[in-house]
Amino acid sequence: MNVKQYKHLLLVGVVSLFLAACSSTSSDDDAQGMGAGAGIGDAAGGVTTGTVGDGGVGGSDLDTYNPGGLETVFYFDFDKATLRPESRAALQQHAANLRSNPKRIRLEGHADERGTREYNMALGERRANAIRDFLVLNGVDAGMIEVISYGEEAPAAFGSDEAAMAQNRRVELK
Amino acid sequence: MSSGTINRGCRRALHLWQMLAAVVLTLGGWALPARGELSIEITRGADNPTRIAVVPMTLGAGQLPGDISAIVAADLQRSGLFDPMDRVNMLSFPRRINEIYYRDWRLADMEYVVVGDVQRPAAGRIRVQFALAQVAGERQLLSTVVEGSDAELRDIAHYISDKVFETITGIRGIFSTRIAYVTATREGAGLAYRLHVADADGARERLMLKSKQPILSPRWSPDGGELVYVSFETGRPAIFRQRLSDARREQVTNFRGLNGAPAWSPDGSKLALVLSKDGNPEIYLYTFATGAFTRLTNHFAIDTEPSWTPDGRAILFTSDRGGSPQVYRLTLGSNQLQRVTFNGSYNARPQLAPNGRTLVVVHRGSGGFSIASQDLVNNDFRLLSQSALDESPTVAPNGAMVMYTTKQGGRSVLAVVSVDAGARFILPASASDVREPAWSPFLR
Repeated sequence: MNVKQYKHLLLVGVVSLFLAACSSTSSDDDAQGMGAGAGIGDAAGGVTTGTVGDGGVGGSDLDTYNPGGLETVFYFDFDKATLRPESRAALQQHAANLRSNPKRIRLEGHADERGTREYNMALGERRANAIRDFLVLNGVDAGMIEVISYGEEAPAAFGSDEAAMAQNRRVELK
Repeated sequence: MSSGTINRGCRRALHLWQMLAAVVLTLGGWALPARGELSIEITRGADNPTRIAVVPMTLGAGQLPGDISAIVAADLQRSGLFDPMDRVNMLSFPRRINEIYYRDWRLADMEYVVVGDVQRPAAGRIRVQFALAQVAGERQLLSTVVEGSDAELRDIAHYISDKVFETITGIRGIFSTRIAYVTATREGAGLAYRLHVADADGARERLMLKSKQPILSPRWSPDGGELVYVSFETGRPAIFRQRLSDARREQVTNFRGLNGAPAWSPDGSKLALVLSKDGNPEIYLYTFATGAFTRLTNHFAIDTEPSWTPDGRAILFTSDRGGSPQVYRLTLGSNQLQRVTFNGSYNARPQLAPNGRTLVVVHRGSGGFSIASQDLVNNDFRLLSQSALDESPTVAPNGAMVMYTTKQGGRSVLAVVSVDAGARFILPASASDVREPAWSPFLR
């Protein structure tokens, strides 16, 4: 069996698990989950619904990183993924905390609404990677950091003025 | 005389929609947004639209569940190429070619007249024998019969529009096509995301997926039977495919990092997509039959937004490898790479029209982000829109129109412009942000 086939099987497995999760929680909590509606074109097909719980950070509460009162949102300039100087002190403190007491963390990268959505998805990841690289340079285990980009899809502030957009160009440490 | 009937798919579509509506009522948990069908607002017409009279096609008051000729007239007007006559100015309402008194229409300065004779071949069925006449020359150009159920009245009307449009312009009509799009609605502190499919005129909106996590980048399969899109429902971005007929869905990717920008190949066998599992965003091919992922790009820059050339031989994509986002073409097989756009500092999200020659992009100029087209043969570059935050262009399957999103009253709405930038209209939504339209292929 070659590697590609193995990957495929793995993927099928993951998908199966996921689908199983879907069906086992159906009609459990519609408000929290996701409903799927259907229906163009085939009289034989019924309508399926399923719910999926909101995805969260992996691990139990014991593993959750508590940032204390430290700043956890770091802002960026338009179309840039360079750390601002004012972000460094808090990040160095986070790095020190995570060195002495390793926890899994999640870095969520975001962009403002200007530019195309998938490009902004890449830009959000680039910003989160910049934070990750800084933390790793400061001794944090890269394997404990997960990077997720939301692009412009999950704004912190609504609106198209510069103030709102500045708040949306960010990485959130969770 | 030719004849045509609405295809089975359409009939099933309506049937399914009714079923869905019933299920929604019984479930009650996730409310379908009010079927506030997007209503059309024409902001600019073409300079010299063709004058046409679409004579009312009726059975008498209350006999039909909708106004067929009003839908046909609206279709033709939206194309930007036609200026339909207001029916209150019509001197007579002929139903057949031999009832047309050409002098009336010549005096009204009409170039074409559409007439239709509606019958009820059975309970709940509608049959329209329609004809198109040219006033100059007093001749019949088209005569066709179309039949469907009451629920298919809009399909019948769009069929008539397609035939009339194609006969006069020589361009295939897109009135029977569909659009997919995402809406985002504020619910509590966050947003609720919904993936919808509707008719190309915004009517008959159908909910495909609802999630509290982002949904983006919907694209059609080349047969029009499936959508592929990105959903964050697992807490991470993942690519899903979903069949329209029965909502059967399958997760296609589950890699660390970005899983984005899926684009179905013209032959249906592959997806081009973006993964950053190896460190930064690269374009990959996924082959459905084997499940294999093949990496196409290898650069530390951002490579994203792949789309296929109509012949399936090359991929266009956005890359900032030259310092700013620009469009590149990668020829499959030879792996020859070529930069395509050079106008200004930002040209992204490429899509080629079916002619393989007109490239549509999001362009940043002095006025902000707008939709632009570039002719790949003579490099003629033109702005199709003028607002500051336009994005997500999608080309109609006949290549004549481009749908995109623009801002209106602080919200994102769908807009359509003709590729010659002559006609423009907006489909305002009720309360949601409407995003990322994807125009279906021809469906019959």
